[in-house]
Amino acid sequence: MQVTSPVRPPLVTGGKTISDVTADICKQVEGKPSKMWIISFTLSVICLGYGSYCLWMTWWEGLGLWGLNKTIGWAWDITNFVWWVGIGHAGTLISAVLLLFRQKWRTSINRAAEAMTIFAVLCAASFILAHMGRPWMAYWALPLPNSFGSLWVNFNSPLVWDVFAISTYLTVSLVFWYVGLIPDFATIRERATGIRRVIYGALSFGWVGSAKHWSRYEAISLVLAGLSTPLVLSVHTIVSMDFATSVIPGWHTTIFPPYFVAGAIFSGFAMVLTLMLITRVVFKLQDYVTIEHIESMNKIIVLTGSIVGIAYITEFFIAWYSGAPYESYAFVNRMSGPYWWAYWSMMTCNVISPQLFWIRAVRRNIKITFVLSIVVNIGMWFERFVIIATSLHRDYLPSSWAMFYPTKYDVGDYLFSFGLFFTLFLLFAKYFPVINMAEVKSIIKSSSGKQEHKH
Amino acid sequence: MSGNNKKYWKGIEELSNDPTFVKNSLSEFPEFLSVKDARAEAEDESSNGRRDFLKLLGFSVTAASLAACDAPIKKIIPYVNKPEDVDPGIANWYASTYQNGGEYASILVKTREGRPIKIEGNPLSSITKGGTSARVQASVLSLYDTARLEYFKEKGQRISKESADSKIISELTAIQNAGGKIRIVSSSIYSPSTKSAILDFIAKYPNTQHIQYDAHSVSGLLKANQSVFDKHIVPSYDFSKANVIVSFGADFLGTWISPIEFSKQYATAKKLGKSKKTMVRHYQIETNLSLTGSNADTRLPIKPSQEGIFVAELYNKLAGTKISTPSLKNATLDKIANDLLANKGHSLVVSGSNDVNVQILINQINTLLNNYGHTLDINTPCNLYQGDDTSMFNFVQDAKSGNIGAVVFYNCNPIYDYPLSADLEAGLKKTNLTISLSDREDETASLCKFVCPDVHFLESWNDAEPKKGHFSLAQPTITPLFKDTRPAQESILAWAGVKKDFYSYIQNYWKQNILSGDFQSSWDKALHDGVYVSAATTTNNISEATSVTVTEDTTISNLDLNSVAENISKIYKADSTGIEINLYEKVGIGTGNQANNPWLQEFPDPISKATWDNYVTVSQKYAKEKSLEQGSMVSVTINGKSLDKSVPVVVQPGQTNETFSLAMGYGRTKAGKCGDGIGVNVFPAVTYRNGTLHYFSANVSIAATGEKGIIAQTQTHETIMARPIIQDSILSEYIKNPGAGRFHPMIMTPDGKKKPSEISVWSGEHIKPNHLWGMVIDLNSCTGCGACVVSCQAENNIPVVGKKEVSNRREMHWIRIDRYYSSNAEIPEKGVDKYFKKDEGSSYDDLEQASENPQVTFQPMMCQHCNHAPCETVCPVAATPHSSEGLNQMAYNRCIGTRYCANNCPYKVRRFNWFKYFDNSKFPDNTSMNNALGKMVLNPDVTVRSRGVMEKCSLCVQRIQEGKLTAKKEGRRPKDGEIRTACASACPSDAIVFGDMNDTESAIFTQLHLENKERAYHVLEEINVQPNISYLTKIRNV
Repeated sequence: MQVTSPVRPPLVTGGKTISDVTADICKQVEGKPSKMWIISFTLSVICLGYGSYCLWMTWWEGLGLWGLNKTIGWAWDITNFVWWVGIGHAGTLISAVLLLFRQKWRTSINRAAEAMTIFAVLCAASFILAHMGRPWMAYWALPLPNSFGSLWVNFNSPLVWDVFAISTYLTVSLVFWYVGLIPDFATIRERATGIRRVIYGALSFGWVGSAKHWSRYEAISLVLAGLSTPLVLSVHTIVSMDFATSVIPGWHTTIFPPYFVAGAIFSGFAMVLTLMLITRVVFKLQDYVTIEHIESMNKIIVLTGSIVGIAYITEFFIAWYSGAPYESYAFVNRMSGPYWWAYWSMMTCNVISPQLFWIRAVRRNIKITFVLSIVVNIGMWFERFVIIATSLHRDYLPSSWAMFYPTKYDVGDYLFSFGLFFTLFLLFAKYFPVINMAEVKSIIKSSSGKQEHKH
Repeated sequence: MSGNNKKYWKGIEELSNDPTFVKNSLSEFPEFLSVKDARAEAEDESSNGRRDFLKLLGFSVTAASLAACDAPIKKIIPYVNKPEDVDPGIANWYASTYQNGGEYASILVKTREGRPIKIEGNPLSSITKGGTSARVQASVLSLYDTARLEYFKEKGQRISKESADSKIISELTAIQNAGGKIRIVSSSIYSPSTKSAILDFIAKYPNTQHIQYDAHSVSGLLKANQSVFDKHIVPSYDFSKANVIVSFGADFLGTWISPIEFSKQYATAKKLGKSKKTMVRHYQIETNLSLTGSNADTRLPIKPSQEGIFVAELYNKLAGTKISTPSLKNATLDKIANDLLANKGHSLVVSGSNDVNVQILINQINTLLNNYGHTLDINTPCNLYQGDDTSMFNFVQDAKSGNIGAVVFYNCNPIYDYPLSADLEAGLKKTNLTISLSDREDETASLCKFVCPDVHFLESWNDAEPKKGHFSLAQPTITPLFKDTRPAQESILAWAGVKKDFYSYIQNYWKQNILSGDFQSSWDKALHDGVYVSAATTTNNISEATSVTVTEDTTISNLDLNSVAENISKIYKADSTGIEINLYEKVGIGTGNQANNPWLQEFPDPISKATWDNYVTVSQKYAKEKSLEQGSMVSVTINGKSLDKSVPVVVQPGQTNETFSLAMGYGRTKAGKCGDGIGVNVFPAVTYRNGTLHYFSANVSIAATGEKGIIAQTQTHETIMARPIIQDSILSEYIKNPGAGRFHPMIMTPDGKKKPSEISVWSGEHIKPNHLWGMVIDLNSCTGCGACVVSCQAENNIPVVGKKEVSNRREMHWIRIDRYYSSNAEIPEKGVDKYFKKDEGSSYDDLEQASENPQVTFQPMMCQHCNHAPCETVCPVAATPHSSEGLNQMAYNRCIGTRYCANNCPYKVRRFNWFKYFDNSKFPDNTSMNNALGKMVLNPDVTVRSRGVMEKCSLCVQRIQEGKLTAKKEGRRPKDGEIRTACASACPSDAIVFGDMNDTESAIFTQLHLENKERAYHVLEEINVQPNISYLTKIRNV
């Protein structure tokens, strides 16, 4: 299948043949772990270990180990939750929406992005559990038949909507990701021997690459893409309703759904960039994840970043225009109250810094892109913190106004999610094919023979 | 029909006379359906065992694992012989009396299964009239204090009562015979029987003298009355009859003389409604912002050294004649004088000063104003404070010089709370026989040779005469917890050689001196009521005063006002430039005798909202000048003596500039685990001068240590931010328009402006056809005293979380008193235009800044039981539903602790169990849940909440349920007033009215629809959550 236009730069550079693709990607899975990988993995596991200790202590002693109080019932926990869910969105967007729009450049990055989605959603889910006062009762949030009589969940509660949204999201993403992995597992199986062959054989579900298999594969990909696409919009819309349906000034805002979705894609792309910029170097995949990919993603970042910026300004405008005094105060307080530094960090990181991507040279500069991708994620974390904590800390009755100060357990539980994320991602990167071989093969120029590298 | 022997059979078995049938028909209960038998017939023996084994195995594994999941079951052990009056699950109530030093309250004690668990006010009392205070409410926990001594001690060793008695009697006799001085030192005693017992003791040992002293003395007032009226008494005050009240530093609503009684009277004078449009005007002239000052209509901050001059100047203005004191110009004082003159006979001037000269002038002022016989009564003296500073001083000097042979300390702790405790400590070493009757080994008891622990007041018989002719009985509500303790009076009687238990002694005393007519029936009635009033009776040993008629000339003539003026000029200055300090009493801890009570330690001070500490309050201006911040640690030196540890600074609006204030009652070293080492003891800084103790000094300095301490405050933001959360107005506006100050929010919609209640996302309203419980809180009569806070804590098993957790903003109180200061940036207009507006040129930052001398408003805040509750819709597991009676309920067992409800509560009244507060050694201060003794105070009707669940005010649903059940059993509707929440019943100023809003006869209905319809508002009406709690606007008389 020849898809690249003669006027556009090729999506895979280096004149790769189909067999090069197989070799380049399977090499990582088959070879011994590199030194860099071992170091990163060790660090991640240490992080996970320390985080697990903190999380265990939080569960053992109670949520009092965090810095929350009678006024601020959510701070880092839900900030982290929304942040991780947001990050996950890029994976779904890349694999589903871009698939439907036939954006072929996605093929090199969709595997890693989907993996990131799943791990990010797992991290997010860990905060749902962790933030509960009695996490051992978490299953009560599910509409399960029970022996309590007619006791049911409260379908009015956005938290119940969250349960459905997140669990659907995780399930669909997981299936989508795994289906995509099956042909590649089969490729690895074919090249492997011994126990590896057995394991990858089992993972590949008996894939033989027959035309029927391929036809089903394409059909299910399309169906799952169709299922996932509304999820890109719905999941973060529902997450935003945790706040939008409340009565708290600064939360009670109808702009939240689109604003949160844009923000989610924004942070997700930044995270994909961060990960891919490292992976392509560590695994020597510069020919698959090219500067064109990076530039395309930067374009999406500048778009979504601008949407987020406009949302911030709109919020302020509405706070003033509505004449609602509590809301006006909430926004003035965000900007100039005790948490002004969080607000201005958010504005700098999310609104001002991505504007640099209007400049082509910056878009195509890997180092700047890497720094900005991290800056954007810091900014997006602050956005959630600003919305959650600074709205709560000064709401209606001034008598209850309070401050939130994080403790080492707030930090530790956040570190836990990083440890979990990177441990899973590194395991994935080592043992699973990080690039979708089957799909990448479909976008290189020829089925055989070395291509001449031209620009 | 004789030949008819037809037999009817019921079944074919009967007809055929089957042997099995015959056998079974003989037994009454057919047992042939037994599974085992049926199975035995069908299967052979061996297969039985296997199947049964598997079944049993399966069952027991499941049962064991189920049992492991569940909380362990604790069985209630039934009585073998049920006591006649005790029914499990049914509370018994006993009328009794709380007395602790100068504090008094007639109370009702609730006991459950023989344990006293709650104290309520006794509405039959002519003095406290059903009111209580935080200290009274908390005193039930002191009963279960592990720091209490369990047995008699001699030099730290256990000793039996009998041998202690014989040793003490022989020593006393020896001292008496050798002519040694014997002293009984106590706080004020107003129990006539106790006084009689002491007289018996004195009769046996005639060298005995009884010395009374009060830790926070009013000796100056007693002496002034002595010199003016020849009566060493505190008069009765009646604030309810006054149109104008002027108080010079007397915190009569919080700590002065009889605050519960005064709060009741004051509230009467502050009530407004359709039928009453007049209100008292209250001026307060003081140094630190006191509870009383915060309720004043006009408050004038002065330095303590100016007080005498201000009083003299007021006297001069009223009398017209001049006494020669430094002159003073003050516009407020002119206004006060004019107001007082316009209300002769209907005004009251009081002073908290312990200076005889100031009190003499106050007496003169009240005489000039013709207040005696109207708002003051010297013929019905108040007996609560009788301590004489001079005799105590003389005793301590005697002791110091080794002239005392024996001393008995009863209900007092002078080593801690007497200023010259060092002298006394030296003296005790030289005293042969030292006995303490304290219930614990406190600072004084630990220096005594014998400690003969008294029982708690809830374990003993006692009586009281708080006011002449007004009697009160105390009865035990539980057998003494420690059987080797003994009521102090019985100890004294034992040493006096009177072999009688105190119960019969009291009965005998009442028979002879108090009750008339048929003794048994009148005694029974007095015991049942807890109180007895007999104006005709005078007890012989408290006040033998004869009636005095006060007129202007009779009193002034026999007084040398010039020497008074001279003394005042010596001590006081019209305008002093230096730094001064005054020592005051906090509403919660008082003079510190209940310092080991964690409920009181965690009780937020009504003004500073600080818990677990005392601190130096400084004015905003001074703090700015000296760059002191909230929590800066300073070392304080008073009269050349440094306090033993540094204290944090609290920047206090309303504090006079260049003055400090520091609370007494802290810095205990031997109170018990909770109370020890909290704050600093300031009693040593009190000075003895001219025969009385003086609680201020102009010789003070502070030095910042550079460290930063923690002030555990439950509220840190001071101002209301111009929000209509407090809606207020002034009396003149109120008279014109009862709805003055009310804010009526309107919401702009496509169909024009609408009331918030007209816009709802809910279709259809849930009807509440039966009851609709609600509350009306009158911001005008609420003084902010906080009795409700502790009452709620006792009723609802609310944990104490300790200083660190309070500073983390995690206190658990279900009801809090929000205290707001006014800001200079607010618009002072009377109309509603002031809400959400800032004064021209001001910013939000200016609104956050409290005024230097602010107006103060208190607002009790608890769950508002919204009918459109934001918390209810967001709970994922429906753990907080709404009842058909309007209650917002909490199902603790269902809660999974997401805290979404708390976040979404606009009133921030929900409390989360951040930790497990019971059976957790990390919360030792939570004594009511962490030791077996303390747990006895828990209310069995209320669940102790586990970690990770949300809790909040339930509107005392257990009381509602109990009231409904009682009514149902009697086949009637619940009567209004029969069900009262803990906060409403504790309130000494009747600010909280609870009831059924569907009942048109109820007090709440009357308030909301008839008396105060225009004043009633819901907090945050604009978000239309439709609370069941309403507030009445605050009206100031300025």
